[in-house]
Amino acid sequence: MSKAKGKLAVYWAASCGGCDIALLAIDDKILKVSEAFDVVFWPCAADGKVHDIEKMADGEIDVCLFNGGIRTSEQEYMAQLLRKKSKVLVAFGSCAHEGCIPGLANLNNRQECFDTAYRDTPSTENPQNVRPRHETQVPEGTLYLPVFYDTLKTLDQTVPVDYYLPGCPPEADRIWDAIVAILEGKLPPPGSVIGSDTTVCDECPRKRTEKKIKKFHRTWEIIPDPDTCLLEQGLLCMGIATRAGCGALCPQVNSPCIGCYGPNNDVKDHGARMMSALASVIDSQDPGEIQQIIEEGIPDPVGSFYRFGLAHSLLRRGKLAADGNGHK
Amino acid sequence: MAERVGIYVCHCGSNIAGTVDVEEVARWAGQHIKDVVVSKDYKFMCSSLGQAMIEEDIKTKGLTRVVVAACSPHLHEKTFRRACANAGLNPYLCQMTNIREHVSWVCTDKAAGTEKAKALVSASAERVKYQRPLEPMYVDVNPATLVVGGGIAGLQAALELADAGHPVYLVEREPSIGGHMAQFDKTFPTLDCSACILTPKMSEAGQHENITLLTYSELEEVSGSVGGFTVKIRKKARYVDYDKCTGCGICSEKCPRKVIDTVFEAGIGERKAIYSPFPQAVPRIPVIDVDSCLYFTRGKCQVCSKVCPTNAIDYEQKDELIEVKVGNIILATGWKLFDCARMPQYGYGRLANVFTNLEFERLCNAAGPTNGKIVLRDGKTEPKSVAIIHCVGSRDVNYNEGCSAVCCMAALKLGHLVLEKTNAEVYSFYIDMRTNQKMYEEFYQRLLAEGMHFVRGKVAEVTDAARNPDEQGKLIVQCEDTLLGRQRRIPVDMVVLMSAMEPQADAKELGLKCGISCSMAGWYTERHPKLDPVATMTDGVFVAGVCQGAKDIPASVAQGAAAAARVQGMITKGRVMIEPIVATIDEEGCSGCRICNNLCPYNAIEFDEEKKVSRVIAALCKGCGTCVAACPAGVITGAHFNNQQIFAEIEGALWDAAAAKTEEETATQSVSA
Repeated sequence: MSKAKGKLAVYWAASCGGCDIALLAIDDKILKVSEAFDVVFWPCAADGKVHDIEKMADGEIDVCLFNGGIRTSEQEYMAQLLRKKSKVLVAFGSCAHEGCIPGLANLNNRQECFDTAYRDTPSTENPQNVRPRHETQVPEGTLYLPVFYDTLKTLDQTVPVDYYLPGCPPEADRIWDAIVAILEGKLPPPGSVIGSDTTVCDECPRKRTEKKIKKFHRTWEIIPDPDTCLLEQGLLCMGIATRAGCGALCPQVNSPCIGCYGPNNDVKDHGARMMSALASVIDSQDPGEIQQIIEEGIPDPVGSFYRFGLAHSLLRRGKLAADGNGHK
Repeated sequence: MAERVGIYVCHCGSNIAGTVDVEEVARWAGQHIKDVVVSKDYKFMCSSLGQAMIEEDIKTKGLTRVVVAACSPHLHEKTFRRACANAGLNPYLCQMTNIREHVSWVCTDKAAGTEKAKALVSASAERVKYQRPLEPMYVDVNPATLVVGGGIAGLQAALELADAGHPVYLVEREPSIGGHMAQFDKTFPTLDCSACILTPKMSEAGQHENITLLTYSELEEVSGSVGGFTVKIRKKARYVDYDKCTGCGICSEKCPRKVIDTVFEAGIGERKAIYSPFPQAVPRIPVIDVDSCLYFTRGKCQVCSKVCPTNAIDYEQKDELIEVKVGNIILATGWKLFDCARMPQYGYGRLANVFTNLEFERLCNAAGPTNGKIVLRDGKTEPKSVAIIHCVGSRDVNYNEGCSAVCCMAALKLGHLVLEKTNAEVYSFYIDMRTNQKMYEEFYQRLLAEGMHFVRGKVAEVTDAARNPDEQGKLIVQCEDTLLGRQRRIPVDMVVLMSAMEPQADAKELGLKCGISCSMAGWYTERHPKLDPVATMTDGVFVAGVCQGAKDIPASVAQGAAAAARVQGMITKGRVMIEPIVATIDEEGCSGCRICNNLCPYNAIEFDEEKKVSRVIAALCKGCGTCVAACPAGVITGAHFNNQQIFAEIEGALWDAAAAKTEEETATQSVSA
């Protein structure tokens, strides 16, 4: 790590901010990061101006850790800008990687999102039914807000991405592994997910046998046995289909994996993978009974199987806004 | 280095060329698909000249991949793979595109058919580039065979194999072999005594040094595959020691408990709680029916144990699970009788003197409950008139659409027996008279001459509601006589329902255990209905007799022998080739979640407890892809069907015909301009 200092940028788009915090969770190792890099841009942690980035030469930033999905025209612009200015663009965390929770809003269109946020929620008081608009005329002139797009896109649906760091948020140890890999130049081929090539079960200490599931339970319905595979106990544990790397944190505290690390290598659709795996272990030959097992036990299939990956999945929008998707 | 692809489009005479412009497909593929070196059409690709053309091109033009657009791979995949192998190209680098069954035979619009053929050829060409050379595997064939079902078809198969010197395990769920044929009195059209021709075969099977008889036993589980199946068989407890029992029958004679025999006597005769179904049973060892035995139900009696001269009664006996290893399996599980109570208009179960044909067979049988006397349900009155109703539950969309194949001849036989044994008038109510085998039509003519009455029409109803004094106390058969063109009411004393043959209730379940499927009607599906009637889609599993479809005794015997011949062929060959199209698990990526473990229909996946990973046993894998689709980590790969190959195929198929056409037209225009 004796090379000249590199330049690092960290940005957040449509995300909760947890990824920025996760980056700090590497604790004192952050000092090693600052030894190796000048942090040129990190809106969450330091003041910085977009026009400073705009003035930089293309490729001047060595590494950009970009978290969050792309919902607005501003986020889209920043993605394009940082792509241009960065040698290595990393989709950092589940939102940038797969769309994550914000991506679930792709089940609805912009109109419905606004109805919920500006009208329907109990805490909303909005008698004039004010809605965000791109342009607003005021006596002083025209005010602009970023365009809120109909569809949330992942980072790689917007600009080319070099690496992915999965997780909601990525675990500190895995972040550090990735930083070390970057510093030492030991990166996998571009386009790779930096992480493990196996699934959560590999890190889960629970005992597994052959699987046959007669009934699915919601997490509040049963207190699972702490030593047996949660899926075998009827809890919808996504661990079988989810990339390892977290250390099976959730299953270790008796809570099923919710799939935040996304699918394993070469799996194009996390939810479809999980469903085809589950479909094969439901313990019934009777179509009526199978239907019942699924309907009673899995009332929210999208929220269960696509909680993190909807935006990046093979599922396509059925509901576009009547006035188009907002993308210019 | 880019692959060098050769494309061959077959006319199949006019089969394909009639609906697909094959020259255009070949021309287009040659011009538009990347890496295509040769693209040709030919009248019959499967001919020796067609094959020679491929071989020649591989050698002279250095083809590394071959696509043949022709018929179904079921028909000619082997042919073209062999042609490639002859020219030194790994046979798995050849891909067949089905533009006959999938295009020309299901298409009437030639332009659309041609475009679809192009898309399919494009799909194959894109996939074939990613295909990898594979090497077939071989396994030895265990010379032992499992025959399931001890009816005439199974017996024939077992004896053929045993006589040829091969060991046979013959499994039968009833206490004795013999099947339905043992219940009959006479067989049509020759009127041989059924028992006289069957029992020698039964006793031969019982004594054959190469046949292990497993009666009162059922198939529990099958694992493995062709050449090496492992079969678990449940030997149900007989409560009689097989080795000590001499078959003297004194236990049955002294047993105080009589019950209706619903199996062998079809419900019209009785048997004891300890019984052997009939005097010529093989083996002669009785079984105790625990549901009716006084000792088992009430805790006392034990008469059989007291009278048995060899102390063979063993009330403590338990079911026994045995495991046998065989190379091939023949299913000859037969049929069950249609439940006539499902057709209430015929009164079965409500009107005493309505009989099923199987009941009637027992009435006619000299060894039956009436010693062969044809009498009404009261057990003594001889009928003065008998109606025989055909197609009960067959040829009827409400029950079984198919024809049961044997009932016309069986009805004629029963009619003959009534005429022979009584003075009764006999009426046959038929829809069509089907007598299409050797000497069958002659038998029909004989019954016409013997004075059996034939009424052509489907019976509407059998009733005891008399409308005039002549009908009083009779069963009235109401029918439209379609030859006379009017309704008739014929009063008779007795009605015989020629009931449909139906698949065994557990046929599907047994089929699943052996990896074979059933038709919509429930009969086992043969590999090819005409050209391969006893093989199935699962190698090493054969079917014979009625379980494959309704048929008579000669046809069942022929199938039993045919299945045995097929098995002998396998045994003689000694080893079978196993397709190398198998799944493999990347052990590095496997997290040992065990989702795949109990999915495999061939039990080819084992779990390594030490390494905590699952593993595919290549010799057992059939490459079905179930585990590949189910693996949640995506670390199981199906050879010959990996993601890269399948995505390439999809992209090839989604080649945009419209866009390409415009492009080509523009190109042509610019050339002409």
